[in-house]
Amino acid sequence: MSSATSAHSVVEPSATTKRIAGIIVVLYAVITMVPLAWIFMTSFKSPPDSISYPPKVVFTPTLEGYCNLFTTRTRQTPEYIQSLGPPQSICDEITRSRNMVIAGPSNYWPRFTNSMVIAFGSTFLAVFLGTLAAYGFSRFRVPLADDLMFFILSTRMMPPIAVAIPIYLMYRELGLSDTALGMILLYTAVNVSLAVWLLKGFIDEIPREYEEAAMIDGYTRLQAFRKVVLPQATTGIAATAIFCLIFAWNEYAFAVLLTSGSAQTSPPFIPTIIGEGGMDWPAVAAGTTIFLVPILVFTILLRKQLLRGITFGAVRK
Amino acid sequence: MAEVTLAGISKTFGQTGAVDNVSLTIRDGEFVVLLGPTGAGKTTTLRLIAGLEAPDAGRITIAGRDVAGAAPATRDVAFVFQQYSLYPHLTVYENLAFPLRSPARRLHDAEIDARVREVAKMVRIDHKLQNRSTRLSGGEMQRVAIGRALVRKPAIYLMDEPLSSLDAKLRAELRLELKRIQNELGATLLYVTHDQVEAMTMADRIGILAEGKLVQIGSPREIYSNPANLHVAARLGQPHINLLPQGLLPGCNAPAGTKTIGARTEHLEISASTPGNAEIDWIEHLGDQNHLHIKVGEHKLVTLADPYLAIQRGDRIDLKLRNPLYFDAGGQRLT
Repeated sequence: MSSATSAHSVVEPSATTKRIAGIIVVLYAVITMVPLAWIFMTSFKSPPDSISYPPKVVFTPTLEGYCNLFTTRTRQTPEYIQSLGPPQSICDEITRSRNMVIAGPSNYWPRFTNSMVIAFGSTFLAVFLGTLAAYGFSRFRVPLADDLMFFILSTRMMPPIAVAIPIYLMYRELGLSDTALGMILLYTAVNVSLAVWLLKGFIDEIPREYEEAAMIDGYTRLQAFRKVVLPQATTGIAATAIFCLIFAWNEYAFAVLLTSGSAQTSPPFIPTIIGEGGMDWPAVAAGTTIFLVPILVFTILLRKQLLRGITFGAVRK
Repeated sequence: MAEVTLAGISKTFGQTGAVDNVSLTIRDGEFVVLLGPTGAGKTTTLRLIAGLEAPDAGRITIAGRDVAGAAPATRDVAFVFQQYSLYPHLTVYENLAFPLRSPARRLHDAEIDARVREVAKMVRIDHKLQNRSTRLSGGEMQRVAIGRALVRKPAIYLMDEPLSSLDAKLRAELRLELKRIQNELGATLLYVTHDQVEAMTMADRIGILAEGKLVQIGSPREIYSNPANLHVAARLGQPHINLLPQGLLPGCNAPAGTKTIGARTEHLEISASTPGNAEIDWIEHLGDQNHLHIKVGEHKLVTLADPYLAIQRGDRIDLKLRNPLYFDAGGQRLT
């Protein structure tokens, strides 16, 4: 079987078809990018610009949103502000122009750090446990395997809100509410079902002859798993990790119910950024923009793994 | 290299029996071929020896050691699979070095390197050592797979139809190479195939498997000329053996109880004659020889003929038997 297609191939679409298809794809991409672009633009607008009607597409960019995101401020009299020395930073300057002074850092970075710890921690755990469980289901005769797989999936069948109260009560008793460990365990529990199902599919595709060959060649099953199965499952593991991370990173319902202070993640925190006289939309947009970065970086880093189709090349069916 | 014995080995998967009370000794340095159709239990027998399956009954010894319960890694066997043989994420070199780098062996890098290069030369893949194993042709892949078994000096090499996925020309080449290498190494080898040509050309002894049972074992010549029953007779010979009712053709000296007569080419004498007792129904020209399809009354049979034999479709001939094989009603051979 050859992947080369000849110029005369009947399945090769015509130039016009290709162009139309290209235009549709680009249009779709633009439409899906509009909200992201809007958030990005808003993060550089001044508060009045951000709520002006009709919306402004051309505006003078300012860092006010980012300054407000990272600081807490107090209103002062112009006389007091005059009495201060020269501004220490660009944020200092912007804040003073609004008749305010910086009182201290905001909670954004601590919340962001919580998100990082909880999302990456639970993703690692879910993928780790999921890989082992999927391998077990794929390779061994597990009693009631189908029922167990269904049971694992059933943990995702109800909306989080349905189990939120029991979990809340349970966590309060166990002292797990508003702790990073509690959130990691919870997100791991939710993600592990997805991980097992996705990874079982990937591992089923890896012929067991590879491990059998390795075991005959002097390796134990665990060594064969590490040397032969894992390298071939990287594509599946990368894809699964991205799905798990996106869920844990964006999760809102559990986070808003179970965290309020020290373990609060970004999703419940960002909407609470309130400025004077209503929502501080540029600061919210700035918080959202920064919030998108880790997922973007993670996806780009794993893009190669996701796209690489190395796994099944040596198989002759 | 060492002797391997199976004593009364049985294995069933759920309801289906795969191997049924098989006893077999593979002597040190011997090339034994197990021949049988799909589902006869050939592969299961190999997997039982390798430790990939556990027998329900029976004993396996390798070099005198009972290996019941021993992990595959500790059995000192090498296995060549029918397919999926190479680790796709490794290069040819790494594939060949993989068994030597196992925790069970832990050889020095220099020793591994020397061994890999030696074997690569032996299986004629030394020019592609740095290639990814996915960038090889089918024949090259299978040579590497065989090489990966040969880098070790195990008690026995187990090969599961290693040539079946290759085209006819490559198969013929590798058949010769494999036999040459086995001779050079003096290796003990158990080889599984459904290809009678491979069995006939390579084996010191052939074991015929049918429905999990070892029906007969012997040298290729013995199995060919002295089959124990109809099934064994039908496994070997090209064209396929002709099975005729007793009394159809003259020239035989059938013992009492004969029901069926098995006639291969060498058991049939043809002479042009009118009216004769048979008619040429069809001739297939193969170049170096002809396949004659002959009609005797309602029965049809196929035999080989010299291409110079002046004979045409529709010709009448006289057909006579010469020392054919006799079988009773149960298919057992009578002598």
